[in-house]
Amino acid sequence: MSLLLILIVSFRCEYPKRDKLRKEERVNIYVFVKRVPDTESKIRINHEANTINEEGLNFVLSPYDEYAVEEALRVREAGSGKVTVITVGTEEALTTLKKCLAMGADEAVLLKDETPETYDGLRTAKIIARAMEKKFADHTMLLFGKQSVGADNAQVPSMVAELLGLPQANVATKLKIEGNKGIAHREIEGALEKVSLSLPAVISAQKGLNEPRYETLKGIMAAKKKEIPVVTLADLDLKDEDVAPLLEVIKLESPPQRQAGRVIEGEPEEAAKQMVKFLHEEAKVI
Amino acid sequence: MILVFIETREGKVKKSSLEVLSEGKRRAGDLNTEAHAVLIGHGIEGLAPGVFPFGASKVYVLENTLLSHYSASGFSQALVSLVEEIKPEIILFSASSMGKDLAPRVAAKLGVSLATDCTVTACKAGKLEVTRPIFAGKALATISFKSSPQIASLRPNVFPLLEPGATEGEVVKKDVVIPEDQVKGQVDEILREEGAEMDVTEADVVVSGGRGMKGPENFDLLKELTSIIPHSAVGASRSAVDAEWIDHQHQVGQTGKTVSPNLYMAFGISGAIQHLAGMSSSKFIVAVNKDPEASIFKVADFGIVGDLFQVIPPLKEELKKIISE
Repeated sequence: MSLLLILIVSFRCEYPKRDKLRKEERVNIYVFVKRVPDTESKIRINHEANTINEEGLNFVLSPYDEYAVEEALRVREAGSGKVTVITVGTEEALTTLKKCLAMGADEAVLLKDETPETYDGLRTAKIIARAMEKKFADHTMLLFGKQSVGADNAQVPSMVAELLGLPQANVATKLKIEGNKGIAHREIEGALEKVSLSLPAVISAQKGLNEPRYETLKGIMAAKKKEIPVVTLADLDLKDEDVAPLLEVIKLESPPQRQAGRVIEGEPEEAAKQMVKFLHEEAKVI
Repeated sequence: MILVFIETREGKVKKSSLEVLSEGKRRAGDLNTEAHAVLIGHGIEGLAPGVFPFGASKVYVLENTLLSHYSASGFSQALVSLVEEIKPEIILFSASSMGKDLAPRVAAKLGVSLATDCTVTACKAGKLEVTRPIFAGKALATISFKSSPQIASLRPNVFPLLEPGATEGEVVKKDVVIPEDQVKGQVDEILREEGAEMDVTEADVVVSGGRGMKGPENFDLLKELTSIIPHSAVGASRSAVDAEWIDHQHQVGQTGKTVSPNLYMAFGISGAIQHLAGMSSSKFIVAVNKDPEASIFKVADFGIVGDLFQVIPPLKEELKKIISE
């Protein structure tokens, strides 16, 4: 019994020291996520409103954002720090933020924006950059998915980096942080670029960066109880004209349907011969 | 005037940039204006003659030792200083890895919006109008710009090259001034995977394998095909990548790359909606699959119902014959 007491006391004594160390080394990681229709979705268009018909779609955390959240958690676990997940959107995106909390993020914030999808990356980047300056000036790292699955813009990370004057490494498949320096490998055509960064920096995640974890039951329970603060555009002193879209969507349409061609069965030799004949004589691509 | 950013890698001009220049020249014709090109780097003036034939009447060469290695911050500062001086109406990039990294940074610096990865461009009433796939090609959005200059990046492998024209034109050399502390996130080196040849987004022919390949070793069969077919690359479906049979940079589909080669060859790929989204804009598609009901046959121009392991060897011999002729 007394031994146990000594143990407890000694742990208690250790604690303040560690805590102090933590504060000095603490990395404040902000991860930006988006709620999107899952990749299985068939996309239908509402031609009158020039929008995607959201009815019946199953919304998820955008797949590349999962890698970003996971990487943030790993950076925190390797050293110390805080992971805050942020989304720009309506209250429907709270579910997406809850998922990130359940994965292990410390905090979540909704930057509330009721405007329907504009496909204008600069608009989103302006909102995020303003929020970072006004509310989250303690940022040491900004993590994004390399693009949202949907708008497929791949613009917001670079634009935020520019607006905040930070270095960037997009489409990262490897990230190493040491002190206030980082090294990222970013995927390019048939190769990787090794990029050196000094923190704070913007990094966007590509598949292959890590293997995202599943939420735990404990995480889900904790996430349920967590308050998610809401920051409005007015809180950020953003007026309508500051965030007016500078792109206009004139038309949304479905892609042309491909016609099924010839399908043959039979002897492999003969079938192969016919395929090559098709490629050479009809398609003229070989 | 339309300004086109010309990307260079390891002392060479990228073909995808020349595709963009060709398209820029076509739009310049609509607008009764000229297409100009810009090269950024160090010791790159010698590349200008290779740019003129694809439609540029003028090539700007922006040089500084700080630009010898790519960085979005350094390149965007150089480009924006030129843009402020010459005031183009339209700026075009390739939606290559570099273009996708750089264009948004340039747009944000200029305070204008950007259309990424466009597959169609047109001019209406003196303004640019672009069409870009969204949801990995499950829908198409046609977009116009309310800010100026109008900036877009164009998908590689979609826009045809012009018949090469004049090899001479005006070279305007500029030494750009960039404060050293403003160059951030520079590329230290380029790491090339051994045997990593051409990227699926740039290849004329993509030879792809799916779950039907049964294991990583069988991707060698596809590599044998790409070794015969000029300008070809090995692709893969998500299930093959998730099974770790091949690296994810080969993945075609909604969480991989979207490709539009002249020919897409699908071996043992069933054709999940995410995969079809990533390759349906290929000019021709052929498929080999055991299952006659596989969705891939709904988009294929030519399909063989059969065992890919029996079809590939004679296919390889037939291709060899035709290509060597």
